[in-house]
Amino acid sequence: MSRLLVCPPDYFDIEYEINPWMRRSNTVDHVSAVRQWHGLMHVLEREVGAVLERMRPVPGLPDLVFTANAGVVVGRRAVVSRFRYPERQREEAYFEDWFRSAGYDVVTLEPEFFFEGAGDLLGFSDCWFGGYRQRSDIRVFPLLSDVFTREIIPLELVDGRFYHLDTCFCPLSGGELLYFPAAFDMDGQEVITERMPEGSRLVVPESEALRFACNAVCVGKHVVLPAGCPETERQLQSRGYRTHSLPLDEFMKSGGSAKCLTLALD
Amino acid sequence: MTTAQETIVLRGHIIDSLILAKILDLILMMGGSFDIDQVEIGRTREDQSHARIIVRAPTLATLNHILRAIQPHGAVVEREYDCVVQPAPADGVFPDEFYSTTHLPTEVRLNDTWVDVQRVEMDLGIAVDLQHMTARTVPMADVRKGDLIVTGQAGVRVIPMQRPRERDVFAFMESTVSPERPHSHVIADVARRMRLLRDERRAGSGQAKVLLAGGPAIIHAGGRDALTWLIEEGFIHVLFCGNALAAHDMEADLYGTSLGYALTVGHAVPHGHAHHLRTINRIRAIGSIRNAVESGTIKRGIMAACIRAGVHVVMAGTIRDDGPLPGVITDSMQAQAAMREAIPGVGLALLVASTLHAVATGNLLPAAVPTVCVDINASVPTKLADRGSFQAVGLVMDAASFLNELARQLGRSM
Repeated sequence: MSRLLVCPPDYFDIEYEINPWMRRSNTVDHVSAVRQWHGLMHVLEREVGAVLERMRPVPGLPDLVFTANAGVVVGRRAVVSRFRYPERQREEAYFEDWFRSAGYDVVTLEPEFFFEGAGDLLGFSDCWFGGYRQRSDIRVFPLLSDVFTREIIPLELVDGRFYHLDTCFCPLSGGELLYFPAAFDMDGQEVITERMPEGSRLVVPESEALRFACNAVCVGKHVVLPAGCPETERQLQSRGYRTHSLPLDEFMKSGGSAKCLTLALD
Repeated sequence: MTTAQETIVLRGHIIDSLILAKILDLILMMGGSFDIDQVEIGRTREDQSHARIIVRAPTLATLNHILRAIQPHGAVVEREYDCVVQPAPADGVFPDEFYSTTHLPTEVRLNDTWVDVQRVEMDLGIAVDLQHMTARTVPMADVRKGDLIVTGQAGVRVIPMQRPRERDVFAFMESTVSPERPHSHVIADVARRMRLLRDERRAGSGQAKVLLAGGPAIIHAGGRDALTWLIEEGFIHVLFCGNALAAHDMEADLYGTSLGYALTVGHAVPHGHAHHLRTINRIRAIGSIRNAVESGTIKRGIMAACIRAGVHVVMAGTIRDDGPLPGVITDSMQAQAAMREAIPGVGLALLVASTLHAVATGNLLPAAVPTVCVDINASVPTKLADRGSFQAVGLVMDAASFLNELARQLGRSM
């Protein structure tokens, strides 16, 4: 059973611009955002079978809804994020409170080590990948490798539109990888090619990468992803995954989609 | 050949990720060399590797350049030192080995703490206050005997520019200058920034000023009405100019001419060559531009709009000035200081049709301030870029066309 941390979008809005997708002039349709978020929750609970833990939203923290950036959780241990931009640093205390109240063994990082949680740390059971350069600091991965005793391969993110690893890189439960190669430098692309055998790499076309096809939630053989990514869905279905595509464009205005709206707890 | 060197350490899964290879490549590509002093490779996948590398470069500048490039990939300089300070030997004189600033955000290390340098500007020194743990840039002329000045490169770090949050022409931070580049998208981006800054300013932000540094070609070429409109509508908050822009603007109001040419019909008028002198003389008799506007002598135009809109005007004189007008600062060091005082809070700079004021203003601006340099002569934006203002976007076009199009995009009906 998969447990996910989510936060209702009561105060979701665009109040600042910290990635290329955000435009304060691009007004969020709040009613539509709420409807899209509940649509996602409905699918996750009813069709995917995930258990949802809901955080209390906080006025003035519009991006608290993107719980993927709360931190990273393994077993009963949680490392809380250290956001690069001051606009999101105020979220740290609320995420930390939630982890503590839920009984996690909380690990905090020194303030100079930027780390944006599961947004920048993803992987398989034996090997993780860490996105750096845009938000998280590469120096955090050796520390996390110490904490979790895992291999963490840093990957340089070179396109500001794909500012977190989870916007261009999505490990799947069957060992395949859904990803958009051009978001990485040549070294990163080579590392991925070496680590992931031919046939396990599902390359997302640019038009669908820009709709955040890779910002998908994979639970078992279910993959929940934003609408408008037919080629990605076709590839997933050919590997036996059941796809659930949902309209999430209100959250794209902030540079986030399905995966950003959830944090895997187990 | 003298060499500079620094030892860096690197830790993590640096082998399979090609991070070590990437760092070594960067060092070589940037003209440095390295000696791998120590490498410990993890025995299992979970084990981390560790490397200690001595980086060498032909000059300290190249070494610093390399260190800045490899730090984002996890290379950490092994030891960090406090900056070295020496007292200024006399008023207006730095110690010999003084650190010369760039216009990028800079930090100095004081008592094991990195401290931001205040008032970033290129080509200055850095004065530190050890008691209050502060550091600020200081012009050579302003240093006082005994002030503690940072020397050498140790304990100083320059922070590369962050990717701008806006996705517009300024985000590229490249100053390729060509008359054949399209203008309209640049002007549209400038207009969008100006609208945003005006909104922020109206919402109470003190960091949202628009600075225009301009030359008299604005008047000659027919950009006066557009600039006046921009000022009246609250889009411009600081004006840097010389004697000529102000004189010809008020000449146009009093006589309808600019340097003796009738602005509406485009030919010289009898005795028109003296109009700007008569204008200057009239204002000198009245005592100030403010009095001339408030008494109704000067009714319309750029200077009148500046007085009415409360624009902060700095007029800097040159050796070829007539008059000059009251308020023109004829001591160039005093003029530079007055311009410097007006810089904090500037969020956008427009340098229009003036080589002198464009370069002088460029020297004062931090790299983080989006800047556009407009001139009919490509050498002006090129000169600005060559002198280090790499953030400036160059537009090769005449001042009036630029200002008219900018005003049109901001809502002025033509």
